[in-house]
Amino acid sequence: MEKFKTVISTVVPLPISDVDTDQIIPARFLKATTRDGFGDNLFRDWRYNVDGTPKSDFVLNQDTYSGEILVAGKNFGSGSSREHAAWAIYDYGFKVVVSSFFADIFKNNSLNNGLLPVQVSEEFLQSIFDKVETDPSVKLKVELEPQTISIEGTGESEHFEIGEYKKTCLLNGYDDIDYILNNKDKILEYEKNSIQF
Amino acid sequence: MGKTLFEKVWDKHVVSSIDDSTDILYIDKHFIHEVTSPQAFAGLEKRGIGVLRPEKTVATPDHNVPTINQHLPIGEALSAKQVAKLTENCQKHGINLYGLQHPFHGIVHIIGPELGITQPGMTIVCGDSHTSTHGAFGTIAFGIGTSEVEEVLATQCLLQSKPKTMKIQIDGELAKGVLSKDIILYIISQISSSGGTGYFVEYCGSAIRSLSMEARMTICNMSIEMGARGGMIAPDETTFEYVKGKEFAPKGESFDKAVAYWKTLYSDEDAVFDKELYFDAAEIEPMVTYGTNPGMGIKITGKIPELETIVANNQKSFLKSLDYMGFKPGEALKGKPINWVFIGSCTNARIEDLRMVADFIKGKKKADSINALVIPGSKQVEKQAKEEGLDKILEEAGFKLREPGCSACLGMNEDKVPRGEYCISTSNRNFEGRQGPGARTILASPLMAAAAAIEGKITDIRELV
Repeated sequence: MEKFKTVISTVVPLPISDVDTDQIIPARFLKATTRDGFGDNLFRDWRYNVDGTPKSDFVLNQDTYSGEILVAGKNFGSGSSREHAAWAIYDYGFKVVVSSFFADIFKNNSLNNGLLPVQVSEEFLQSIFDKVETDPSVKLKVELEPQTISIEGTGESEHFEIGEYKKTCLLNGYDDIDYILNNKDKILEYEKNSIQF
Repeated sequence: MGKTLFEKVWDKHVVSSIDDSTDILYIDKHFIHEVTSPQAFAGLEKRGIGVLRPEKTVATPDHNVPTINQHLPIGEALSAKQVAKLTENCQKHGINLYGLQHPFHGIVHIIGPELGITQPGMTIVCGDSHTSTHGAFGTIAFGIGTSEVEEVLATQCLLQSKPKTMKIQIDGELAKGVLSKDIILYIISQISSSGGTGYFVEYCGSAIRSLSMEARMTICNMSIEMGARGGMIAPDETTFEYVKGKEFAPKGESFDKAVAYWKTLYSDEDAVFDKELYFDAAEIEPMVTYGTNPGMGIKITGKIPELETIVANNQKSFLKSLDYMGFKPGEALKGKPINWVFIGSCTNARIEDLRMVADFIKGKKKADSINALVIPGSKQVEKQAKEEGLDKILEEAGFKLREPGCSACLGMNEDKVPRGEYCISTSNRNFEGRQGPGARTILASPLMAAAAAIEGKITDIRELV
């Protein structure tokens, strides 16, 4: 996993709530046996017409918006546990997803892939949407060490939550497997002392 | 202070605590399938490590398999490749695989319980969000991503932050024609598709106690549809009776010993939940969904909400959803014509579901406009249905019993609902395009689906039984 560094970027706004993982990456694109290339089909059915031409009204097809930060409505990433959703977003070029609420499995999957989910208040989320609508060149700054997200040039800023352990992993590019394997003696000890089904 | 059922099972599986909220949790059983596992095995390879406890993982291909002619080579190239990859990975690492045509093959969440692999008090994970199904046995069971599949293969453990606990109590008696599917669709319609996020749910109350194991599985299965990581039900005599005699269940003295332990798995009187919700079973009617997430459900006698009743920052999503479905605010769904019926999925493809459908349609005929797919949850369900003659009843009514798999629940294989058409489905998700690009899904119980198939339109089952 790559180390997470501070992100200062313009944003791609998606002011829709309950965006489920079937929208992020539809099931028919889950047939690959590798992790690569899912970004091409990110938001496939919102992004392309049936004949494969881009839908001009979808945000990823508008030159006005680009950047490494996706900002979406409440309850982002609900539904299926497919990690392909996190892979698709990361593969497309996003480093951060901002929402006022994330589905649990999506949040875990993102953290396990170096994609940072930043949960902000409803008010702060609305403020981002409003500012970006008025001026698409507005940038957000996301810093993991102090856990802050700010709207550049406005003084508006918010603290976000992340567990200490996951924060260390992201900052250093560690993953869970490395950590647990370093505790293998404890696993063997557990197996010796517990009911084995 | 007493413990909740969840806390009892969780605490028994903590290998080590990392901080106040994160533990290394031991996993008793791990199910894998062809879609979310190949990258996990590739990850192990890259690290140069193997599977720590291959005997604790069970594999079956279900998401991306055809539901006809399973005895023939898979026609679709990418599907064939995924299934071959699963076989190769299982052989290489010594993992038990129930492939196509194996008598134990089926949807992971159907075969685990029916084979007795799923037992009370376990921790169970799978790279599939409907792993919550197994919670019906008083297990901590939840869906994980592929990195976590790799983690379990490598370490038989998972690093997890402990969720909050929620009690959902449903008391009273269900009316005729109202099934456990209606209970869970009703709860989700009340608390929304994100109302359970951050929580692990325990379902209890007299309405839950009176349900069969299969009906309980339907409820726990859809816990994820309210955002909850999982849902569980304390094991009782119904549970023990179900597990007894199953292929991999403990036998004889071991079974008695296991039951003695399972009997300790309940929430103590003075246990404290982070949240408690209470519902009256008598309030529940047959349910149907009108939108594009499972929280958008109404009673069959109800109407789609008016726009003014939706909170301001949700109105855009609400209208987008109705536009996709071709419905209007304030409309009723009863009487709307539909032309697809899907009876299947890990939510409702067990033998009781098929029996209920067959019992209702016996001597009737499906409407001419209807395409009806009936996909058994497993090879064992298929076999039993045939032994009981349910396939004949289905055929006479114009339905066809196919072979097991996830099928049109997620539209990964060839079983898809065409663009713009309506499908009343016993599955778990009505997301945009879930059953095929442009498909419009209405979630309901197996009886409601059967009634719609006969009438050719959305019908209140209570008027027909």
